[in-house]
Amino acid sequence: MTTIVEKETPTVIKSTVFSQGAWQRILAFASLIALMAVFTIASDNFLQPDNLIGILQATAVNGVLAVAATFVIITGGIDLSVGTLMTFCAVIAGVFLTYWGLPMPVGILAAIAAGAICGSVSGTLIAKMKIPPFIATLGMMMLLKGLALVISGTRPIYFNDTPNFPMISQESLLGAILPFLPIPNGVLILFVVAVASSLVLTRTALGRYTFALGSNEEAVRLSGVNTDFWKIIVYTVSGGICGIAGLIIASRLNSAQPALGQGYELDAIAAVVIGGTSLSGGRGTILGTIIGALIISVLTNGLRILSVAQEWQTVVTGVIIILAVYADILRRKG
Amino acid sequence: MWSRRTLIGAISIGTLIGFAVPAAAQETYIPLISKGFQHQFWQAVKTGAEQAAKDYNVRITFEGPDSETMVDKQIDMLSAALAKNPKAIGFAALDSQAAIPLLRKAQTAKIPVIAFDSGVDSDIPLSTAATNNLAAAALAADKMAELIGGEGDIALVVHDQTSRTGIDRRDGFVNRIKEKYPKINIVSIQYGSGDHLKSTEITKSVLQANPKLKGIFGANEGSAIGVVNGAREMNRKVVIIGYDSGKQQKQAIQEGLMAGAITQNPVGIGYKTVEAAVKALKGEKLEKIIDTGFFYYDKSNMSDPKIAAVLYD
Repeated sequence: MTTIVEKETPTVIKSTVFSQGAWQRILAFASLIALMAVFTIASDNFLQPDNLIGILQATAVNGVLAVAATFVIITGGIDLSVGTLMTFCAVIAGVFLTYWGLPMPVGILAAIAAGAICGSVSGTLIAKMKIPPFIATLGMMMLLKGLALVISGTRPIYFNDTPNFPMISQESLLGAILPFLPIPNGVLILFVVAVASSLVLTRTALGRYTFALGSNEEAVRLSGVNTDFWKIIVYTVSGGICGIAGLIIASRLNSAQPALGQGYELDAIAAVVIGGTSLSGGRGTILGTIIGALIISVLTNGLRILSVAQEWQTVVTGVIIILAVYADILRRKG
Repeated sequence: MWSRRTLIGAISIGTLIGFAVPAAAQETYIPLISKGFQHQFWQAVKTGAEQAAKDYNVRITFEGPDSETMVDKQIDMLSAALAKNPKAIGFAALDSQAAIPLLRKAQTAKIPVIAFDSGVDSDIPLSTAATNNLAAAALAADKMAELIGGEGDIALVVHDQTSRTGIDRRDGFVNRIKEKYPKINIVSIQYGSGDHLKSTEITKSVLQANPKLKGIFGANEGSAIGVVNGAREMNRKVVIIGYDSGKQQKQAIQEGLMAGAITQNPVGIGYKTVEAAVKALKGEKLEKIIDTGFFYYDKSNMSDPKIAAVLYD
């Protein structure tokens, strides 16, 4: 039975990823270029190296969170806990490095492991206890927000005793080799996470099952696949990626800010949806998600550069999100 | 496909150009990055900054994140502001350390930085225009002690436990009570994110748990209004002291539901920040700290012109 599924799902993936997905990516990419063109014409300050780097840096955290959310959304689930899980992992890194004085690699591993463990808890709640993903991750969102405050003693934890910690996201390895490309490390991490996730989704059994769970979970289960197991794995991977986001943000701020995080899940979900991943599952790409995250950052930055009043910035962002999703719906109908 | 793409493009271009403010080349541009935006307090700071901008003939913009926990969003705002080639910058840090790399960048580019509202723990800002929150909250504690007769149980509803103002107002109040009023007992310190509804619910449970409670201090506008609402819903008479102003709080004081409140001078904070930036650009020497002042106000002195001028709706 399993062999049949493995033969069938790749064709499903091919039809979704390479034909429809390709168009969606082009559409999203075109919107991104159009936006950048508008801002470039409107202000001389937009297309400056410093500002472009600022945009990329602003994308790093949301991009990584959006990649984490993409996995879950492709299975037809939703993860509302990505933002506070990120914060929780940042706090864990703070506890290991600042409170306990352990070496930096240990802190990094601890943060990612904490993310993966929390992800597997969410996965278990959803797969084994049959709690709907929306509710299970809503619960996790609040639980983790509270735990982050409890563990940190409600104070930011600074990384001053780990002088190399800011390097994770602020300094530029690439700039040291290629001085004309001072891309901060946080952005490189986003790139690596995105490429690796894309490979996992398109080239591995985990990826096939992720799409299959979102397309028709019942059929997959009936063909003998342990769907509960794979679902838990998907949430675990997603959680681990949130741990990476936690490291990027903690490194950028040189502190774990325990009160931060709520609301970030919505930006991540918006990026995923703009990138053409279907909220009903079974369809989506990492490239689309990254473009979605870039669209949000370019829009936010561009409107600021143009000194658009803040209340209007929010209005415009909302309009763009609705338009992007509506264009996707139109395309699929026609 | 093409038509839809063009449609989106056309709409977004239209929207953007409609709102875009044309950038003039020769003017003095000073962006202010604040800690918040939506609260009336920040709007009052903005009003003050705009007034100074008019008086000194400079252009300002005023921005802040949606919530005071969004440290990274504020950093992105600062980064975008620096990209606009400003002459000077006003900055109210949510977390001083997180902003240091960008502030260094401003320093290298010889852009003067003026801190406002709460200090930036760094020597980069030339000056800081702020309220002394510790002293202001201590004054609130003295008034509370006076109004409840120097003894009994009291509680605090604070906006949050991580921001500078949250910590200073809590500690300023608590320390004064501990030092000077041994017969007053602080039974509860709760945090409500400055959210009206959340602070209301917190107040109700505090009142429920402490039948003999004599007074509550609400540490910012949202907290104070929550305390008033909670006491009203529970139909309990306690001494309430608030912080900042706003229409609802002013009304509560007039109706006698709230005994009084501490007011900062938000308009002054905004004005002094822009003024200091202009002075810095002219090369004038600045005081390291510009104390923008605070007052205790109640029914009796609300209409005093000196007080009325710093209260906002």
